Amino acid sequence: MTESISEVSRYLASLFRSASSLRAGVVSIVALSSSITLGCASSSQLTNSDVPRVLDPDLARLERIYRAREDSIRMVVNDADANFMSGMIHHHAQALVMSALAPTHSSNSAIKTLTSRIINAQKDEIAVMQRWLGERGRPVPEVDTSGTMTMSQDHSMHMPGMLSPQQIDSLTLAHNEEYDRLFLRYMIQHHNGAVGMVHDLFATDGAAQDDFVFKLASDIQVDQITEVARMQKMLDEFMRASPNR
Amino acid sequence: MARPLVLAVMALTSCTSSTMSTGSLSVGSPTLTLQSLQVTPPSPDPRVGLRAGLFNAEEAAWNMRIVSTTPPPEEFVGITNSDLAFKGNYAIQGNYSGVQVWDISNPSNPTTVTTFVCPASQSDVSVFGNLMFVSGEGMTGRLDCSDEGVQEAVSHDRMRGIRIFDITDIRNPDYITNVQTCRGSHTHTVLEDPDDQDNVYIYVSGSAPVRPEEELAGCSDALPSDDPNSALFRIEVIRVPLASPEDAAIVSSPRIFNDLVAPPEHGLAPEDILALAEAKASGAFIVEMGGQERVLSSRMLDPMLRDIVAARGGSGPPSAADSATLRAALPELIASAGANPLEDLGPTQCHDITVYPHLGLAGGACGGYGLLLDISDPIDPTRLAAVADSNFSYWHSATFNNDGTKILFTDEWGGGGAPKCRATDPKEWGANALFSLNGDKMEFESYFKLPAPQTSLENCVAHNGSLIPIPGRDIMVQAWYQGGISIFDWTDVSQPIEIAYHDRGPTDPSRMGMGGSWSVYWYNGLLVSSEIARGLDIFELTASEAISQNEIDAANTVKFEHLNSQGQPELVWPYSFSLARAYIDQLERSHAMPANRIDNIRTRLADAENDSGSAQRASLAGLSSRIRGMAAQSGDAGKVQMLADALEGLAEGG
Repeated sequence: MTESISEVSRYLASLFRSASSLRAGVVSIVALSSSITLGCASSSQLTNSDVPRVLDPDLARLERIYRAREDSIRMVVNDADANFMSGMIHHHAQALVMSALAPTHSSNSAIKTLTSRIINAQKDEIAVMQRWLGERGRPVPEVDTSGTMTMSQDHSMHMPGMLSPQQIDSLTLAHNEEYDRLFLRYMIQHHNGAVGMVHDLFATDGAAQDDFVFKLASDIQVDQITEVARMQKMLDEFMRASPNR
Repeated sequence: MARPLVLAVMALTSCTSSTMSTGSLSVGSPTLTLQSLQVTPPSPDPRVGLRAGLFNAEEAAWNMRIVSTTPPPEEFVGITNSDLAFKGNYAIQGNYSGVQVWDISNPSNPTTVTTFVCPASQSDVSVFGNLMFVSGEGMTGRLDCSDEGVQEAVSHDRMRGIRIFDITDIRNPDYITNVQTCRGSHTHTVLEDPDDQDNVYIYVSGSAPVRPEEELAGCSDALPSDDPNSALFRIEVIRVPLASPEDAAIVSSPRIFNDLVAPPEHGLAPEDILALAEAKASGAFIVEMGGQERVLSSRMLDPMLRDIVAARGGSGPPSAADSATLRAALPELIASAGANPLEDLGPTQCHDITVYPHLGLAGGACGGYGLLLDISDPIDPTRLAAVADSNFSYWHSATFNNDGTKILFTDEWGGGGAPKCRATDPKEWGANALFSLNGDKMEFESYFKLPAPQTSLENCVAHNGSLIPIPGRDIMVQAWYQGGISIFDWTDVSQPIEIAYHDRGPTDPSRMGMGGSWSVYWYNGLLVSSEIARGLDIFELTASEAISQNEIDAANTVKFEHLNSQGQPELVWPYSFSLARAYIDQLERSHAMPANRIDNIRTRLADAENDSGSAQRASLAGLSSRIRGMAAQSGDAGKVQMLADALEGLAEGG
């Protein structure tokens, strides 16, 4: 009996996974049956409002308007916005390189938490900036998963806050507390550079009219200001603990 | 017919295998063990794998029901819907292109009252009396409400701040004035001061870069040490005279962050606590830095030990006595190692402030800090306490529980446009952090994050919500963008538990499109949600093991004339039979009273309800005093007293 139930469950689970066209129907039936299931003390309900796959004409028309508006928003691209996105991808990529060292170079749990958060946040931002550029027919800088740029790096050196090759080398050679301190100093420099890029963008005529660009740039600015404050505090603690280093 | 039967069996097995609870609690009475909330979420979670679609995405719901879903008006299709405010039968929904007003008196068929075009992001809305306030932050907002944007970096056509409308005729909002601010207004908070009937106040929140001085005189983004009028590190307070709202103006710019030096982080994660305990057990050197115990690394330790060995004229490895000397001297060494060389100015702005005028308190979600503010003087809010998070959260909004013993901060990680609920995203990030609040002390208790993993096509993070007035419990409904809507019980603040939800598949099957619930608020029996792409959704709770029909009925006795969620109203329940029955259901659910006693009380209450006039008053008063006498023997004396109070109130009122 038990076996046959689990077999049925497995079969149904496979249906859930593989046959999305059946899913709405299956879920509705579960909803119906669970309300009459005696063994379940709860009155929990699982419902699905049987959303049709085919839209009624009014909703279909609204969806066409929605897609058309999305397309028309992509038609107008401001060069300053596009340059900001492209530059910020390079900028973020270097933050990934700096942070990716932490698991092997640091033994400090706060540094590891901080770098994980930076990696997660900036990887996602790189993805949306790449998509934004791609959908507008602009060149998309590619970044491999370790954060290394596959495009030419030369123009990235001119962006504010970017680490010089010598600084990257020093960080790569540093370990434990030396890495931690150097990471904090360099990432503060790096983040402050990104904040400067946002300020430059906003000071440019015609820039950040696109709501998406405005929001992304504002978020980068405030997130990185917040992180700079956190990192400064961490650096202060290192200074207090061992001021002569 | 065979198929539903088989499925029923599966539902049965899933019920038994996935019961979740928050544990049991022993109480003084030897015969009663207080039972904490038990729920049985559907398993597997039906929110996983929902089909994508803009207006035909697949949906899943548990313990709540969709009453209506209404697409946006054509003018606003494809433009982001933002926050909600309520006035009478109207729901007012912000949109980056303006404001739309819905008549929700028939919640199964909301109708458009007006679609008012006046572009501004985010167009977060609030109401008071016949006034409506709208936030503008983006670069494209214009004084004349036209949609052509503002191309110049410096322009006197630009509006960033608060727009004020007269909505005496809600069909025709009348734009009466605006108050421009240096950073614009991302969001704002209307503060109704109980001691001031002549004015309302608006706290402006926003973290966009400061405008150039040439565009708005007096705006400076220099450090306060260089320019005392810096727009950084302060909030703006606008006073709106109700007799002449056109005279609204900034009246103060309180620097609520001043001297905000390194508040204690809210504590270590469990794994860090374990590592610290292990280090202590193995005799490691522990120092206190930044209010937290830390293990001193050998890199810092070894030079100090070498110094001690050298000081006694010795050589070679340090002896046990050397270690003991260092151990004794460490606290002083750390303290004397130099003052903080860099001034900590705190965050430059708040993202959101929630005021709770009933208690004269506000919760400020300000960068890396959660602040508790005293707002008894609206134009001079002062900081009572601050907390930070050892997981580096950046806090965006705050909510108090009704009696002000708890506060919740949300971490809108990724700003709402990123998919932060994937299976790989940590549960501490993009979540709510829950604190107990005792006077002006905030103590970290737990995190709560949407438990259902979402795809990388769905922007998802903790966002706006409100309390649901279930009496005697702390229940909140919250928007998670494309993660959907989640309702959770945080009565036990250390163990919040999800009790209901609604979710849809992604708006787009192939790319991440902005969508999902921006905010969802309980308003007069309805759960009203602003769907970024899909319009307006209205839901109702359905009775379940987690919330009884009596509790829902009691919640629905709470009526608001208007609601701005960031101006948190005190919830007050009129005495009613539903209220009494809600408490009885809670006493039964928690096993605080024996079942036969619960049955007996229910029978007597039903009898009393059938009585009328003085007979009813007498039976209610008698039942109240008998129940009051049972409090001490129950597992939950406080709840029993609340039941007795409700009955006494009914007797006196009836």
